[in-house]
Amino acid sequence: MSEEVVAEILTTHILDLAAEGRRLDGRGPDEYRPITTEPGFVSTADGSALVRLGQTRVLAGIKLEPGKPFPDTPNAGVLTTNAELIPLSSPTFEPGPPQPGAIEVSRVVDRAIRAAESIDLTRLCVTPGEKTWVCYVDVHVLEHAGNLIDAALLAAVTALANSTVPAKRFAVAEADYPLDLVHVPIECTFVRLGDTIMVDPTFEEEHAAQGRLTVATDETGRVVAMQKGLVGAFSPDDVKSIVRRAFVHGERLRTLIKGGRS
Amino acid sequence: MGNVGAKDVPVLLSPEGLRLDGRRLDELRPIRIEAGVLHQADGSAFVEWGQNKVMAAVYGPREVHPRHLQQNNKAVIQCKYNMAAFAVDERKRPGLDRRSQEISKVIAEAFESVVFAEEFPRTSIDVYIEVLQANAGTRCAGLVAASVALADAGIPMVDLVPAVAVGKVAGQIVLDLKKEEDNFGEADLPMALVPQSGRLVLLQMEGHMTEEELGRALDLGVKGCRDIYDRMKGALRERYALTPVVGGSA
Amino acid sequence: MKPGPGTYRVGGKVYASVLGLVSTRPPLVHVTPLSGRYIPKAGDVVVGTVTDVQTTFWLLDIAAPRWAPLHMTGTPWQIDVGETDRYLRVGDAVVVRVENLEATGRIGVTMAGEGLGKLEGGTLVRVSPARIPRVVGRGGSMVETITRHTGARIAIGQNGRIWIDGSPEAIRRVSEVLRMIDENGQRSGLTQEVEAYLRSTAPDGPVEPEERRSPPAHERRRSDEPDARPWGGADGDTPPSFRTEDL
Repeated sequence: MSEEVVAEILTTHILDLAAEGRRLDGRGPDEYRPITTEPGFVSTADGSALVRLGQTRVLAGIKLEPGKPFPDTPNAGVLTTNAELIPLSSPTFEPGPPQPGAIEVSRVVDRAIRAAESIDLTRLCVTPGEKTWVCYVDVHVLEHAGNLIDAALLAAVTALANSTVPAKRFAVAEADYPLDLVHVPIECTFVRLGDTIMVDPTFEEEHAAQGRLTVATDETGRVVAMQKGLVGAFSPDDVKSIVRRAFVHGERLRTLIKGGRS
Repeated sequence: MGNVGAKDVPVLLSPEGLRLDGRRLDELRPIRIEAGVLHQADGSAFVEWGQNKVMAAVYGPREVHPRHLQQNNKAVIQCKYNMAAFAVDERKRPGLDRRSQEISKVIAEAFESVVFAEEFPRTSIDVYIEVLQANAGTRCAGLVAASVALADAGIPMVDLVPAVAVGKVAGQIVLDLKKEEDNFGEADLPMALVPQSGRLVLLQMEGHMTEEELGRALDLGVKGCRDIYDRMKGALRERYALTPVVGGSA
Repeated sequence: MKPGPGTYRVGGKVYASVLGLVSTRPPLVHVTPLSGRYIPKAGDVVVGTVTDVQTTFWLLDIAAPRWAPLHMTGTPWQIDVGETDRYLRVGDAVVVRVENLEATGRIGVTMAGEGLGKLEGGTLVRVSPARIPRVVGRGGSMVETITRHTGARIAIGQNGRIWIDGSPEAIRRVSEVLRMIDENGQRSGLTQEVEAYLRSTAPDGPVEPEERRSPPAHERRRSDEPDARPWGGADGDTPPSFRTEDL
């Protein structure tokens, strides 16, 4: 890992502000940074989206290719999610094999998509046991300024919502058709800063945080995935209040998957 | 130059001498360069060139990681060219492959030829190139983006390094190949120029041309590089709201 | 013309080696960088963060190409070998002065001297080192404007690291002003924009401009906007490197 030591007085200042419910950038505890979603950023992908969350910038691309189903699920398509925290995006990332941080982002995004049944995998099956569509979700972090998980899932579902199955190109069907997004999970991440719980942490807030909790909800009112991260702890009451807040934010962010800003 | 002889070879040159996308033989694809697009990096640039989209970032000069690469008398220039999985028609497996490593090496060496690395002993200048969407000529687009990013990072250099590929398509020497021309043409010759010295710091070639054609290709490439050079300087002027001469003779 | 900093000569011609503004001070021509990391100069006062503690020295990140060793003898303290971590720990912020630069790239710094030492309280922000002359302003005019309107204490490192202390609101307003300067460093009229922002965000409601502080625009440009020309250029009014009275 590269240097980038965050000055202790900056961390202390963040915690002092949090005690009064304030933040470095002037946001309130329950306020996201400005968000934009731009579907179709990459023409070589079957679906793609560029998401900006403050200075955090994430690009997701979808690729669909014919392949073999897993033996234990002969009637289902295959979904794989991969996130790359490339060294271009932060002075703290080094080249090399995926670090645990990148693997966590991949898995938390993957879990939300899978658990929400965002894609009906049985509809990706072409010939049971023989041939199915393999759907690759590749998340490329271009700039890391905090809260990668929320930006990554928003980019992934925006890309999926704007994807085309390239059936004609692979001679599987007469014509291409849109990928059907059945449910739309949205992940909202909170950090504890002292006694205050803040949504959408910046890089510096994540560094100062005493615990991070991500909650994924879908449009039907289900909680579909959670991930507690960083050193620190939450009480069950904290979790309940975070879940309530996640539903409110989730509903608002879900409107962005056809492209837009908030 | 793989698929020559494959059955779906497109008509690469019209009877009027125009190319697939309507360009003349010596015409560049549309190119847009933006400097300073990332906040975390010391320097950065985004290049949209035809159907290519490439982002570059520069970090440094900074402490060397891993430490054993440190050089006592100059900065090491480490370059990583990488392609996103979705940047090409057939999904590319993430991670470094042999092609990326070779391109990274020749680009790093091109920059070592122009950077005043001896001003920063025992440090590293890290150049990261990410191809987000590819359509032939990504190493040239990456080199152009990285060169602008190096200038944006305040790295002392002899000059900016414009780059372009020339090639032979349907018997003609052409500038700036797009994908079909690269796949079905007879030759591809990417090159990078130092305008101040008039010398080439990156030069590769694959395919076949005569000595006479190669001579014309080099001349055409130099002309294309000089055109791109002006746009690189334009992008930096725009970034810093400048009117005076940038990176040229003082 | 002879090649000065930021230039090189080939075949009788002088070329710029960095992106920047050209100026001449016969017989030298030099180019002042507009961007990039901090390049240390002896005598500069900088703000750093401790990144490593050894038995006789600390390593500081001063946003330069290399970490700078601060030896225990270069402090105001009497320290025994092995006790360095009782005085400064990883993450601590300090104000130091660049003493010497070696050909190896080693940057020697000292914390012994007036205005130097460990920073307590407040917070740190970053701007491009190339914007520091603009943050200071001619004869300290910009930093004076900022402190007058906010009451914040400010310490400016030549390396682009700036320490701010004061009420949360004051810190936020100063940070916002520094962001404006960082992003619009080349624009003329920045001083007026900064004043306008500070007036409109005054805690007791917007402040009307006082007459003596708003001379006619053309006059103001002459007095407040030297930076349209390369700073520290021919007119030789190099801004003070550091404000020590607040420390």
